[in-house]
Parts: sequence; C-alpha cells; structure tokens
Amino acid sequence: MLAFLLRRVGVMLLTALALSFIVFCLTNLAPNLEKLARTEGSVRMSDEAVASWIENNGHGGSMVMRYGQWLGVVPGWVRTDDKGVTRGRCLAEGADPASAPRFCGILQGDWGTSTVFREPVIDTISDKLASTGWLMLWVMLVMVPVSLIIGVLSGMREGSRTDRVLSTFSIATTATPEYVSGVILVVLFASATTGISPILAEWGWIEGRTLFLGTATSAMDQITFWNFALPVMTIALYGIGYIARMTRASMTEVMTQQYIRTARLKGVSFSQVILKHALRNALIAPFTVIMLQFPWLLNGVVIVETLFNYKGFGWTLVQAAGNNDIQLLLACSVVAVFVVLVTQLISDIGYVFLNPRIRLS
Amino acid sequence: MTDWDPSKPILEIENLSISFFTRLREIPAVMDFSCTVMPGEAMGLVGESGCGKSTVALAVMRDLGKNGRITGGSIRFKGRDLTQMNDDELRQIRGSEIAMIYQEPMASLNPAMRIGDQLAEVPIIHQNMARDAALKLARQIVADVRLPDPDRILRAYPHQLSGGQQQRIVIAMALMAKPALLILDEPTTALDVTVEAGIVDLVKDLGTKYGTSMLFISHNLGLILDVCDRLCVMYSGEAVETGNVREVFDQMRHPYTQALFRSIPLPGADKNSHPLIAIPGNFPLPHERPPGCNFGPRCDYFRDGLCNAADIPMDAVPGHDRHATRCLRWTDIDWDAPAKLGRVTEKLPRGRLVLRMDDLRKYYEVSSGAFGGGAAKVVKANESLSFEAHENETLAIVGESGCGKSTFAKVLMGLETATSGQIMLFDENVQDTPIQARNTDTVSKLQMVFQNPFDTLNPSMTVGRQIIRALEIFQKGTSDAEREAMMLTLLDMVKLPRAFAERMPRQLSGGQKQRVGIARAFAGGAKVVVADEPVSALDVSVQAAVTDLLMDIQRENHTTLLFISHDLSIVRYLSDRVMVMYLGHVVELGTTDQVFSPPYHPYTEALLSAVPIADTRVKKRRIVLEGDIPSAMNPPPGCPFQTRCRWKSQVPGNLCETVLPPVQVLAGGHQIKCHLSSDELARMEPVITIAAE
Ligand SMILES: Nc1ncnc2c1ncn2[C@@H]1O[C@H](COP(=O)(O)OP(=O)(O)O)[C@@H](O)[C@H]1O
Ligand code: SF4
Ligand code: SF4
Ligand SMILES: [Mg+2]
Repeated sequence: MLAFLLRRVGVMLLTALALSFIVFCLTNLAPNLEKLARTEGSVRMSDEAVASWIENNGHGGSMVMRYGQWLGVVPGWVRTDDKGVTRGRCLAEGADPASAPRFCGILQGDWGTSTVFREPVIDTISDKLASTGWLMLWVMLVMVPVSLIIGVLSGMREGSRTDRVLSTFSIATTATPEYVSGVILVVLFASATTGISPILAEWGWIEGRTLFLGTATSAMDQITFWNFALPVMTIALYGIGYIARMTRASMTEVMTQQYIRTARLKGVSFSQVILKHALRNALIAPFTVIMLQFPWLLNGVVIVETLFNYKGFGWTLVQAAGNNDIQLLLACSVVAVFVVLVTQLISDIGYVFLNPRIRLS
Repeated sequence: MTDWDPSKPILEIENLSISFFTRLREIPAVMDFSCTVMPGEAMGLVGESGCGKSTVALAVMRDLGKNGRITGGSIRFKGRDLTQMNDDELRQIRGSEIAMIYQEPMASLNPAMRIGDQLAEVPIIHQNMARDAALKLARQIVADVRLPDPDRILRAYPHQLSGGQQQRIVIAMALMAKPALLILDEPTTALDVTVEAGIVDLVKDLGTKYGTSMLFISHNLGLILDVCDRLCVMYSGEAVETGNVREVFDQMRHPYTQALFRSIPLPGADKNSHPLIAIPGNFPLPHERPPGCNFGPRCDYFRDGLCNAADIPMDAVPGHDRHATRCLRWTDIDWDAPAKLGRVTEKLPRGRLVLRMDDLRKYYEVSSGAFGGGAAKVVKANESLSFEAHENETLAIVGESGCGKSTFAKVLMGLETATSGQIMLFDENVQDTPIQARNTDTVSKLQMVFQNPFDTLNPSMTVGRQIIRALEIFQKGTSDAEREAMMLTLLDMVKLPRAFAERMPRQLSGGQKQRVGIARAFAGGAKVVVADEPVSALDVSVQAAVTDLLMDIQRENHTTLLFISHDLSIVRYLSDRVMVMYLGHVVELGTTDQVFSPPYHPYTEALLSAVPIADTRVKKRRIVLEGDIPSAMNPPPGCPFQTRCRWKSQVPGNLCETVLPPVQVLAGGHQIKCHLSSDELARMEPVITIAAE
C-alpha cells in the first residue's frame, strides 16, 4: 500500500510540474508581458521601452529559466540599472542585496505579488480559497446525499414510476448549465418583481422584498440559509443529476446480479437487500465519479461566484484573468491543478477500499 | 407448519404452468408440470438447456422476475400452497425452509462482504440469533462442508477462494438454517470433474446427515444417477417421463429418454463399431411447439394423426414405482429391441507422421499485484511436451482447467511462440513462426475448431459469405463462381441445407453454428485440426451429431484430429490415443485402451473415477481428490500431482515432494510420469467395471 501511495504521489507531482509549466508558458506569452509592461509602466510606452521594461523586470531570458525562478530552483534575477539601483526578484523595495535570499519561488513560499489586489498572492489565494471552501463544503453536503439517494431509489426498481420521475429530474438538471439554472433560480426566488417573492411579500409572509438574497456577498461575513442557498443549489443541481445517473446505472446493474438473488432467496427483506447487499457494491462506481466531479465543481464555482458576486476562488480567477495578473493567475492554476490531482488520488485510494477484490495484500 | 405430516410429500407440484411475458408475445416456458418430492428424497430434473428446468426451480422459490408468471397449477410445500403466499410468508420460508444453489458460485456470493457475514446472516434473520452465535454456527457448517481452516475462510472475501471452495460456501450457506428442501440448479456445471466429484459426494452425505430433500437439476444423466432417487425428464417445457432412477434408466418408457441415452457415449460405445445415434432435428422454440406431442417431429415412433392430434397426458406405467410417461404409443413400442445401428465403419490404418512436438515449453511472465507492482512471476503453462501425431489419428488431450491444454493449442497454431522446444509440422519447423509469418499453405493445412461457436462467427455476415471469406484467405478457387460452388459443397459436407448460406449466424442454433465453424476450418483442406472442446457448449443430443460429423470428415480427408476435452466419456468414444495433462505436464500418454485401463497414472485414475457415467451396470471405485488444483503460478515442487495424490505413500522417501518423476515407458509405448515402481503400477485395479447383465 505504501509503495502504491508513494508511486501515485510521485506521478502526481510530475504531472503537477508539467501542467504548471504549460500554464506558466501560456500566461507568460509575449503579448501578455507587453500588456503587463504597459499597465505597470505607462500606456504610451514605445515598443523599445516595453522591451527593456520586460528585460529589466526579469521577464526576459528563456522560458525554462524563468519557470525555474518562479518555482524556486533557479536563483532569482538581480539587475543593477543605470542609476545604480539594484533590483531583483528576491529583493523587497530598498532591501540590501547582500542579505537577500538567492532563491525565491513557490518552493520557498514566495508566490509573488498580485498586481490587482496589491498584496502577496499567497494571502489573496488563501483568503479566497477559504471562502470557496465553505461553498464547496455546502455543495458537497447537499449534493452527495441527495444524488446518492435519488440514484439508489431510482435504480433499485428499474422502470418503476419512482424511477421514471427521478430519472427525468436527473436528466433535466444535468442538461442545464449553471449559468442557466442560476439565472432561473434567481428569477424564481430572489427577484422583487418575478417569481414567488412578490406574492409572498404581498401576503406578508416575508419581511424583505425577496425570499432569498440575489447576491452572496454577505455570506463572506456570515453564512445564512437565505444568502447561501441559491449559489449552493446552483452548483449542486448540476452535479446531482450527473451523480444520480451514475448511481442509478450502477444500482440497476447490481440489482440484476446473482448475489442479490441469493440474498433475496435467503429471506433477506427488500430494504435489507438494498442496504446490506446492494449499496456498497453500487457505490463503488459513483464514488469515483464524485471525486472526479471536483474539477467540474471548480468550473461551476467560477460561474456561480461571478453570478452571485461571492468573492471566492472562482471570482479571483476571473479577476486575475481579466486584469492580466500573471502571478495570481499562475497561482490559481496551480491550486486548481492540485485540487484535481489530489481528488484523483483520493478516488483511487477510496476505490481500493470499497472494492475488496483489488485490495492490496 | 405444525400440522404437516412427515409421511406426506415435502413438495408437491401439480399441473404447473409458467409463462414469460415479453413485448412480442407470451412465452409458455413450462406447461402442465407435476412432480412430488418425499421427505429425504432426491429428485432429479434432467433435460436440455431451455427446456424449463431452472424456471421450475425459480417458480418454487417464487422468484420468476418481473415478466414471469405462474399461469396455472399449484406448488404445495409441506401442504401449503406457495403460489398463494404473500411476500412476508415467502420471506420466512426462503432460506430457512427452502434453500437454493445455482450454477455460478462466484456470482452467487456478494463480492464486498466477508464470507462469515454472508453465512451468519441466515440464522440472524430466521432465528434471531446473536451475531457471535451465528458466526460460531457458520464456523461449524464450514467445517461440515469440509473446507480447511474455517476461521480464515470466514474472514475471507469470495474472490480469495477457488471455484470449488466458493461452491462449498454456497452449499454451507444453504445449510445454515437446516432447510427441509434444497434446490440445486446445475451446481457443478462450472467446475472441473474432480472438483465436481467432491461436491457431489458432499451433497449426498449432507442429504443423508440432515435428512434434506433435494431437487437436483442437471443436464448430466450420470450425475443424476449418482445423486438422485427419482428423476423427471423434461422436454420443451413438459415433463415427459418420471419415475425412480433405476427404472427410468433401465426400463425407460418414453422415446425421448431412449434417444437421449442412445446419444451419449456410455462405456461400450465406439466410433467405428457402435456409433452414437444423434437425435435428428432441433429443439422447438417455446412459441413454435408442434401440435400434440412436442417430441413428435424428432420421434422415430411418430404416427401421423395420433401423435399430433391433441395434447398428450401423462400415463402411469403399471407395476412400476410411480413411473409415468407422456407418450401415447408407449405400450406399442418394443422397448427391448436393440437400437438400429448407425453406419458401422472400419477403423482406418494409422498414416504417416504429420506432427511432432519435442520437449516443447511455454512460459508466460505475469506480474502480480493489483497495480502492476510486485515481482514478475513465471507461469509454466507447458512443460516438456513431447508427442507425435499421425494421419487418420485422433489424439485426445485431456485435463482440467489450467492444465495447459489451450496454451498448447495456441502454440501449435502459431498464436503464441514456444519458449523452447521444437514443433515439426509436415517436415517443417514451426515453433518460432507466428501465424502471420506462416505461408498460406501451412495455415490452411492446420486449422482450429473452437469451443464457443458463438464467438467465432462474424455476426453481421451471412454464413455463406463467411465460408467464402475463408476460401479466399486460403487462396482456394480461381473465380467467385468457383468459390461459391465450393462453399455449397462444404455446407453439404457439414450436413447443413444449402439455403443456410443466406442466413445470419444469429438465426442458427448452437449445433448449426458449430457446423459452420467446422466447414470454415475445413475450407482450405485442413490436414491437422485442433478442436478445442468443440462440443462442450452443446446439448447432449447435438453433441453426438457434431462428433459424428467430425469423425466422418476425418475419415474422408484423412485428417489428424487433436481433440482437446475435459470430458472423458467422449474422449473414450472417439480417440485413438490419449494424452493426459496436469499443471502443464503430460502425465500419461498412450492408446485409449492403455489409458482407460490399469496401470493408470494416479491422476488419470482419479479423473476416471470422477466422471459420472449414466449406466446402472457400471460399478466405480470412488476416489475423491482432496483440495483444489494448485495454481500454475505457484506449482508444488517435485511431482506436480503430489498435493493430491493418494499413492504418494507408496513411493519411498520424499521422492514425490522433491524430484520431478521421470517418464516410464511401459509395454506398448504407454508412458506414465510417476515414481511408482512397475510392480506397484501392475497391481492397480480398474476404476470402472461393468457388472454382467
Ligand atoms: N426472463 C425470461 N424472459 C423470457 N423468457 C425466458 C425467461 N427466462 C427463461 N425464459 C425461457 O423459458 C424457457 C425455459 O428456460 P429455463 O428454465 O432457463 O431452461 P433450463 O433451465 O432448462 O435451461 C426458455 O425457452 C427460455 O428462453
Ligand atoms: S406420443 Fe408419438 S411422437 Fe410423442 S413420443 Fe410418443 S410415439 Fe413419439
Ligand atoms: S510421482 Fe508420486 S505424487 Fe506423483 S503421481 Fe506418482 S506417486 Fe503420485
Ligand atoms: Mg438452467
């Protein structure tokens, strides 16, 4: 088991390295750097000035060397300009070049400075990640049980009315992208002019003008049902349909297996057949799917956070991309890559645990 | 249940009819079926696949699925009608009063649950037993079904056990609540013969020990004779004959039963002087049954206007023990008349040498471990194989699963290359030539017939097209018209109507598909044909016809036939020489007579004893092998058979455990790979004796 883990972690790190290099190259393409030079320096810089700005700010040289610096395995650049001022990657403003560290990349914990938020990237990222963490947590808490229950209920009696109703629901929700379902939810529950809110307000059942809040900004200070339900539901709905369909497929297959008949013919009651015999076998496949669903959730997070103005990771990613904030964008990508890889690892390990047939001896 | 009288039947099925409802039509799977099982009795249910045996069993369990329905009749268990019970009542009976075991042991066990929990569940449900007590009981029953190391087994998951062990667990599970009735649906079909013999022994012993009544379903008449007191022969959804086993076997009163017995290779049958008699025609599909007698179209005694006039009732045979038959003419038929002999033929002389293997080895490297880790292991699939095969000869290769039969075939065909050794095929060394590199002539001269005719035919191409394709590949014929004509001749040769050229494979029955497979193999004028279990997937009545066909073609073309099989009865019937394999080794090689009579290799002896024979005159010495076949990945040192050999103690020292035995060549070129001295071998007694009539 340990060897397997080590091997998997090794592969994962290599993948992370390769992917982050690709992202580094893409974010550090020449047009991006020119744009950066113009925003940091002056919009009306001449082409030569731009070139020298890029050169002087450590964005020159080969891509591999720059990637090495960012990573922290190649010494950071140091340059003394005509005025005798020494500046460098690892030098804070006005610091003494002699005492500065030679390496300063993400391995040393130095993720650079965000040009949008004017603060170290690491602070921005950890802050926003925490906000998104809460969102994800609630999405998971809603999505996993609901989707599994729907999947199991529809799969245990294939073709029954329950199955048909639940399957229709699942297909409808997976077929609706977040930007559509988000808007529909807002229109239905969080608009003062449409949906059910005006009616409820008229009857005096709600105090405010809308039932749910249309933005989740306040949830960053305190999460309440009223400000968080809609963003959570928007992301969860999409996943629910998908996972429920996987669970249903897996459950219907398990229900036709001989060992289910064995259990039935042992005199086990239907509910026990489901709970003791079918469930564990039926959950092996969806478990993997749930874990692989994480990357998709990130996708949903970008849309939902923007839609509900919730300042989390996805919102930050949009800001970084929109404002050509190279360091922040890089950091976001690396974090995303890690989330994906770690969930894959967890899914593999969990699969081994759920499925005794491939348990490692 | 208290008012049930133990002298009354345990199970009484009366005029039971069952249909499956599909979108297209109603399929009457079982009609007017009656049978009675007394306490302590074992009732056999025999018939070809699709005749409704499993459907009857599932109807007793009331588990016919969504589309199956009992359309008439009653099933009384201890006097109570099961067809009238609701789910709760059924649940109380299932598992505690009636238990069922079916064919695939692996599939019947929950892969994600420990064996102990699966066993303990039964008393926990039915007797409200505490988990500890239930596990203790499980441990005891596991020991009862003669599994070693019960504690380890209780903690194991199903995949950690072998097929034979799994089937014992399934039996143990059925016995947990000491049921009054045990239904076994082909419980050993998926197992090897020596393992099967162990299971059958166990089932019989447990039946006596616990007084359990049994409904034993099988397509194998020999097994029924072994296990059952009474039997019921089914044909196309109906019971056609029922009675006690001895009476039905020796004094059958239904033409189908008679035909069935004449189509299976019993001792005494011989391909030249006593050929098998196949049942003509095919089994009718449930919705295409003929009017009147279902067996009519295939019956030798059919009389128009009588047999096809009306439904035929069961008729009791007076003077016999509850013996009845569904035939109108049974009193007119002379049951003692000997069978019309089929075409008696001369044995062909042995021709020139066409194939020789010399010290052939084939090793596979496999990696163990779930994620491709672990040290690479070597599986010795074939070890020092040496033999010769001649023109006109049938060489049978016998052995149980994993003994290396199929690997041997693959190496010979060139689908794999040998690790070392030589293969001489028509004076040409082919051991290192994969099939792509062999010339068309060699390929067309060496062909194969496979076990599963379903897998080897292209489902989207007509039969005629597939045979023409084969002709093209073998570069036979110069024009399309010529090939077309050759194709039709081939269809004639395998006795298929020419109209079948236009059919798709799915429109053919199993036997017909196998005929197409044979036609294809012989399309290039094959001289050596490797037949890998060509008839095992077919029903007995069809087996005879396909075997006969192979023999006929062989006679005409002077083919060398390498017949791979695990079924010793058929091997005895058709082969000239036999090679017995165990764990990659050839343990015995000789003429059919040499191999089937003493001296035997100890493994052959056990194998012969394990084969069920459907003949009441046959007396067998029972030799039950302990344990399972060792894994080829981890073979025992010394003699490959030493872990299960009962003769081992006769060999001095620990020779058997340490030294691979040499090949002893006895009189007549009979080879045995064993340490036993020639005296010891000479003292061996025959396993099978036929009592004088
Ligand atoms: N679920 C089903 N739906 C439709 N037809 C079925 C079903 N199960 C069995 N049958 C049909 O019932 C007949 C009897 O089948 P079965 O009892 O399985 O035969 P056996 O066990 O003797 O091989 C066959 O013709 C089969 O095709
Ligand atoms: S009833 Fe007629 S056709 Fe049917 S088995 Fe008897 S003799 Fe043959
Ligand atoms: S060599 Fe020994 S163990 Fe092997 S078959 Fe002969 S007697 Fe048995
Ligand atoms: Mg069956």
